[in-house]
This record gives sequence, structure tokens and C-alpha cells, in this order.
Amino acid sequence: MAHRDSAALPTPQMEIDHVDLSFGGVRALLSVTFNIYPGSIQAIIGPNGAGKTSLLNCISGLYRPQRGQIRFESRNIIGLPPHQIARLGIARSFQNIELFRHMTVVDNLMLGRHIHMRSGIFSGGLYWGRAQREEVKHREFVEQVIDLLEIQSIRKKMVGALSYGLQKRVELGRALAMNPRLLLLDEPMAGMNTEEKEDMARFILDINEEYGTTIVLIEHDMGVVMDISDRVAVLEFGQLIAYGTPAEVRNDPKVIDAYLGREHALPLV
Amino acid sequence: MIQIPETTLPRLLFQNAERFGNKVALREKDFGIWQTVTWRQFADHVRAFAMGLHALGVRRGDVIAIIGDNRPEWLYAEFAAQSIGAMSIGVYQDSVAEEVYYIVSAAEARVIVAEDQEQVDKIIEIWPRLNGVLKVIYYEPKGMRNYTQPYLAHFPSIEELGRAYDREHPGLFEAELAAGKPDDVAILSTTSGTTGKPKLAMLTHRNLISQGAGLLSVDPLTPDDEFVSFLPLAWVGEQMVTVAAGMQCGFTINFPESANTVQENIREIGPRVMFSPPRIWENMLSQVQVKIQDSTPLKRAIFEWAMKQGYEMADTRFGGRKPSLWLRLRYALARLLVFEMLKDHLGLRFLKRAYTGGAALGPDVFRFYHAIGVNLKQVYGQTESAGLSVIHRDGQIKFQTVGTPLPNTQIRIAENGEILVKSPSVFVGYYKNPEATAETLEDGWLHSGDAGYFDEDGHLIVIDRAKDVMTLPDGTKFSPQFIENKLKFSPYIKEAVVFGGDWPFVTAMINIDFANVGKWAEQSQISYTTYTDLAQKPQVYALIRKDVERANADLPPAARIRRFLLLHKELDADDGELTRTRKVRRRLVAQRYQEIVDALYSDQREFEIETTITYQDGRTALIKTRLRIEELGDPSTSTPMVAAREVTR
Repeated sequence: MAHRDSAALPTPQMEIDHVDLSFGGVRALLSVTFNIYPGSIQAIIGPNGAGKTSLLNCISGLYRPQRGQIRFESRNIIGLPPHQIARLGIARSFQNIELFRHMTVVDNLMLGRHIHMRSGIFSGGLYWGRAQREEVKHREFVEQVIDLLEIQSIRKKMVGALSYGLQKRVELGRALAMNPRLLLLDEPMAGMNTEEKEDMARFILDINEEYGTTIVLIEHDMGVVMDISDRVAVLEFGQLIAYGTPAEVRNDPKVIDAYLGREHALPLV
Repeated sequence: MIQIPETTLPRLLFQNAERFGNKVALREKDFGIWQTVTWRQFADHVRAFAMGLHALGVRRGDVIAIIGDNRPEWLYAEFAAQSIGAMSIGVYQDSVAEEVYYIVSAAEARVIVAEDQEQVDKIIEIWPRLNGVLKVIYYEPKGMRNYTQPYLAHFPSIEELGRAYDREHPGLFEAELAAGKPDDVAILSTTSGTTGKPKLAMLTHRNLISQGAGLLSVDPLTPDDEFVSFLPLAWVGEQMVTVAAGMQCGFTINFPESANTVQENIREIGPRVMFSPPRIWENMLSQVQVKIQDSTPLKRAIFEWAMKQGYEMADTRFGGRKPSLWLRLRYALARLLVFEMLKDHLGLRFLKRAYTGGAALGPDVFRFYHAIGVNLKQVYGQTESAGLSVIHRDGQIKFQTVGTPLPNTQIRIAENGEILVKSPSVFVGYYKNPEATAETLEDGWLHSGDAGYFDEDGHLIVIDRAKDVMTLPDGTKFSPQFIENKLKFSPYIKEAVVFGGDWPFVTAMINIDFANVGKWAEQSQISYTTYTDLAQKPQVYALIRKDVERANADLPPAARIRRFLLLHKELDADDGELTRTRKVRRRLVAQRYQEIVDALYSDQREFEIETTITYQDGRTALIKTRLRIEELGDPSTSTPMVAAREVTR
């Protein structure tokens, strides 16, 4: 994967502009400012409690920052409820799997299409006319996602019966089924073995290439982050301490101090 | 004698397109739906791709290599090459880059058809060393967007090129198709290479067509029958059914959605005929055994009762006796309660016939399938005879034999006991290897390298590879494969390599079945980390010991296993220990594990070993392990064996 140059940046797809978030006395985010560029893969890294998930929650509308703006395609989305943000084309997966365990994989993915369904309660209830045509169209899209993520063999299985690695993949699939322009992934590789991580990294790259989806991911595995991201944002105690290409970030003394630790400096360079 | 059409495989295909027109020729599950290709569309794709190849510069006598899972495009490419007088060679899709290089360069392939990103990456890796390859054509574009190598092309773009070329050169395709002769080489087929690097056997149209005709004359099929093509098309057995028999019969060929959905897809299609190597049948049986152990006591009891009836019925039929009315009644009940549902789950319910070939299948596995009512037949043949030359006939099935020769086929036993074959299906030689050809072909007789003999009914009995047959200390000849198959009947044993012959007694190196033993360990509350760790658990040794004792009980005392050990790693084709058709490369294994073999014959009970393993991505690693050797006692002193039998019962 070629890393794009810092120079000649396109118009940002999302601008995170001086975002402050605090819970009572705890200041989770402090004037965080950086851009997310269309079609790129960007990673957010940082030690536990640095505010990574909080930032994702602000973007997806679960938290409301006290100050600052988050502009998605030039429109401020702070204050919008999560379902409206989803409609704008921002989808996410969660750190802890949030799927319907007693539904099949296909049904879980079809739910991801729900925001695009237009038929009303009546024709939907009768599964007739437009509702039926719509269902077929959405199922086609879901099947493309199944093909991309290579989960054909578990299509009709209950999610609860699947292994952790596969559930993670299904969750990615559900987010993808929304056909988002921006995909937020909260630790998509947590708790996976090396093989599963490699697969997941490949799927993320495939999604990025096939659909041109912008991807923002939180990840702890530095190998993966450095390999697949175009740009990395580093948070520590709610502050953005570095932002740039993987090469720039890993040579940044502040990052080495704060996160990677001195002993990591050598092998990474 | 049966009549063999004087034609070529692509001409058969175009005849079928005339004859069947819009009937379904191929089916492929994609996006969760069985997508169909009619005979007419099939022929059109072949014509377009053939002209595309011609436009690229592929000419009569050239070779194109195909690597990938079974898909319609695989067949389009093969028939397209043959239509313009070129040959195709299939490369096993799980081959590592080095193996691909060996085959592609040995065949001097002009065009490589590679399924997807995974296969294309292998070609890119070896590209600097390849000579004379014109194009690499992929048919699954996923992930290929950012590949800019000028030699890469997408399958439909070559078809498009071919259609334009076809318009500019009217009559060229018809002329090329008509110029093909039955004695032209149609495919190069890699031998499994149990003794060394694979060789490329040249099989002509006549070889394959007479093969298919012979098979269909023994076991007729109709154009309405269904077949699921899920084994590598690089394997001669798959070519034999899909291509050779398929084009002559016109049944529908179905391709599964992915490697993980094969079982499910077989069930959906309910094929009328299946041809698989023993491993597939063994795996299916292991699955059944494990699932039954998991089920409730009542279901288990019903299953066991039904199996008893099944075995009784199978044995009665094998013995050529007529089942009594009482047995027939009991069997009918067993069928109703268990077998029909079991077969339905395995996708075997509509099978007219099933074949096993490529290696010997253990008699116990064989009996199982007949007990549940699957008409499983043993066949015998090799790549060099285009797949098979000897086959069981309906109603004359004896599991220790491989049946009687096909029509037009002569089998002779040489003085040294080697099986010799002469038939229109015997190949014309190895590609660019006259020395090897001279060693194998003599006056039209194919030297199989297998030892065998005919029984009183004219059935051929194959003992083993002639080189592997061992002479026990008491002078009896014995096949290590027979003992290995006995062991592999156990769901917990995946692979076994038996040593004997040159040594004073018989020993075995065993690979546990990770999935099944792992499950057993979970249920028995034994914790483990890795394969190696699990294999060395004393409880696992005890579990396998029971199965070894069970196998021993049926063997003559001199052939009984005296010591065994559980290997710390799975034998793997990526390490060259198995062939791509998953046969053990016995000599290589004995060499590589020399230390282990020596230890088996020393007085050590425990020893340490270092091995290098190769990962999927080609990296290697060194692992160090302590291995334990289990002693079963001397079978000539009878006491321990009696004890062992009591355990088994």
C-alpha cells in the first residue's frame, strides 16, 4: 500500500475543529483538531483512556461535545441525532460486538440496509409491490457485502453461534451494508489472532479500494496501523499530540515518549 | 468393445450446444443464487476466449496454464485452448509460488489464467523468472483495481478482444476447430508426485474421450443428471468426470460458491454422481461419528441399532447372498429412521453411484457407506491412464478389490507382480521427458508401479505401491497402506505413516485430527494450547492407543503396530510432505523424520526434536518439541493383546 504524500491535500471530507468534551470534571477531549480526507484510511491511536472512542462517539452522534465543530462534507453535524448522522453516510462498528445474536447473518446485514428502505408499513407488512422490489434490491447489495467479506458459508447462521472473529466480520458487514461514505471502526481487530487480523486488514483495504469508502479506525496493533493507514492521529489525555503519515508519526519524539515507549523506537524505525 | 467417437473435446462441446441449446450446462453459486449458463452460452464464451487467445498469439501446440478454484471460466479457458489446438494444464490452486513456477515453466505456458488476486500475486512473485508468457488473465477482479502490471488482463476483456478478432477473421474459428485431431494432446496432467517432482502426462482427446465413454458404458448417466465439481480441476479424476464424461453425456455441472460451502452446496444440488478421493469420504464419516457422539443417548441408540442392520445388509450383499425378508424389514425401518435423513444431510440422497479413487479407501469406511445405502465403488487408475481403468460393477462390489477392467482395457500382472495396463486411454508420454516415458511405457503397456493380483472372480486387488510393499520378518508380504487405512478409520486419526519391512517390527507415526481430538478434549475438560501441545497430552495418547489396539486386533500378529508416536505437526503439502492430492510422500517423510523413525526403533521413550515449518506466506520457523513414544507390547506374547481386546470391547 503506497502512502500518500502530505503535500497536495484534497478537500477534507470531515473536519474536526477544536472539539472539547468533558464529563463533569473529566476532560475527555481538549480542542482536538484534524481533518479526514476522502478515500483515505486514517487511524486514531493512543493509550487507554486517551479519548479515542469518545471522539468516535462524538462523530457518530452518541456524545455531544461542549465546544467545537465536526463538519462532514462542510456541514456541522454536532447536535444531530445518531440516526440522522447515519443517513448522511457515516456508519460505525463497535468495540464490543453489538449485533442481534438471535438473528441470522443475513438478517443482521439487512438491518444495515434499513435506513435506505422507503416502503411504508402497509406495503412492507404485505411484502407486496414496491416493498418486494426494494427487498430484492437490498438483498443484492447485502450479497455483495457477503461476497466481499467471504462469509457465504455462514449466511444463514445465527450470529450468537459464530466465533468471535466471525462476529467481528459480520459487524463490519452490517456497517458496510449501510453503504457509508465514512466508516468508523472501533478496534476491529481486538482479540483476534494473527491470521484473523491479517484477514481483517485485507478486508479493510478491499472495502477502501472497492467502494472508495473513507475509513477511520481505532487500533492498538501498531503493525496493522502502520501498514494500512494513510494518516495517523495520536491522542494522549484528550489532546492531539501528533498527526501525519505513519512514517512521520512513528519518528515523532512525542509519540515515542507517550505511546510507543522508548524501547519500541528502534525496531519501528 | 464399445464405440468411441472419433472427435475432439471442444467439438463435443459445440455439438452439445447444437443439441441442448438453452438447457443448463453449468451452474455456479454466486451472491447466494445458483447462476446458470446454458450450453449455447458456454459455447459462445469458449469461442470468444479461444479467439482472444489466438489474437494474443497462442497457436497450435502451445500450452496455457490455469490456476484457480472450479468456476465456469476454468472450463472456458480449457476448451478455448483446445479449440485452437493448444493444450491446457491445471495447477493445484493451493500450490505455493515455487510449485507454480515449476509447473508453468516445465510446461512452457504461453498464457496463464489465474483466478484472483491470491493466484495473481503468486505469478507476480515468479514473473521475473518466467519466459515467453504473453498474458496473465484473471477472472475475479476483486482487489485487482490497483494492479498496473502491463501483462495482466481481465477475462472478459480477452473475450471482447476475441469477439472483435472473430469478426475480422471469419471462418478462422471453424477452421481451427475442424483441424483438431483425436490424437492431439488435449491436456497436460500433473502426476501426484509421491516419489518426486510431479511429471506432466500428455493426454490426448482420444485418451479422455475413450475414458469417458468407458465409464458411461459401465455406469450410464443422462443429460438430466447433476454433478457437483468441487475437487481441483487440475486433478485427472475431476477432468475425467467433468470434462471427459460430462461432454459425452451432457449432464449439468455445478460449481460451489466457495471452498467453505461445498458440503452445503452439495446438499442443495443433490448430485446423481460423485467421484472423490478417500479423504473426502473419510472426512464425511468422521463428521458423522463425531456428531453422533455429541447427540442424545436415545438418538445414539437408534443410530447404533440402525447401523447394525446396515452392516448386516451390506455384508449379506458383499457375500453375494440374498437378504432374508426379516433383514429387509429391519433394514427398511433403519432406512426410514436414520439412513435417509443422514444421506440427506450429507447431500448423498439422490446419488446413483459414488466412486472413490486416487488412493486406497479403508474397508471399514467402505462398509459404512454401503451400510447406509450409498452405492460407493472403488476404482483404480492413474493420471497416465486418464483416470481409471478398473472399476466395480453394480452388484459385484467387494471392498478388498477395485473391480474389473473397463471395456477396451487390458490388465496384466507382470512377473514381478506389477500391474500393467493397455487401453486407448493410456497416455502418449510425459511432456518433454522421453526418458521417463520410456521407463513407463513399453509396447503400449503402462507400468503402473503398483503391485497387485487378480482374485478368483477376476477382480483386481491392488496391494500398494510396489516400492512400499513390505516383507515382514516371517516372510509374509504386507501393505503399510492397509494398516494406515485401518488406523484412519478412527475419527481422531487424520494421517498415519506406518514403517515396517526393513525393521524388526511395525511402528506408526500418527497425526491426530485437530478438530475432532480438540472437541473431545474440550468435552473431557482437558485444556490445551496448540496442536503440538494437544498431541502430546497423555490422555490423547491413551485415546489414540485404543484405536491402534482396535486396528491391531484385525491384523496378523507380525503386522501389528508395536510402537507409535503422535507427531507434533500436521503433515502438510506446503512442506512437501503430502502431494497436492494429499497423499503421503512416504520416502520424503521417512527421510525428513529420520530422527523420529530411529527413535521409534530405539529404547527411548521420550526425545526432543527440532523441525522447520513453512507458513502460508512462505516464512519458516523452527519448533522444538518433546515427543513421547507409546509401547503396545510384543504381540507374540499373547497376554497384553488379550487385555487390549478387552479394552476395545
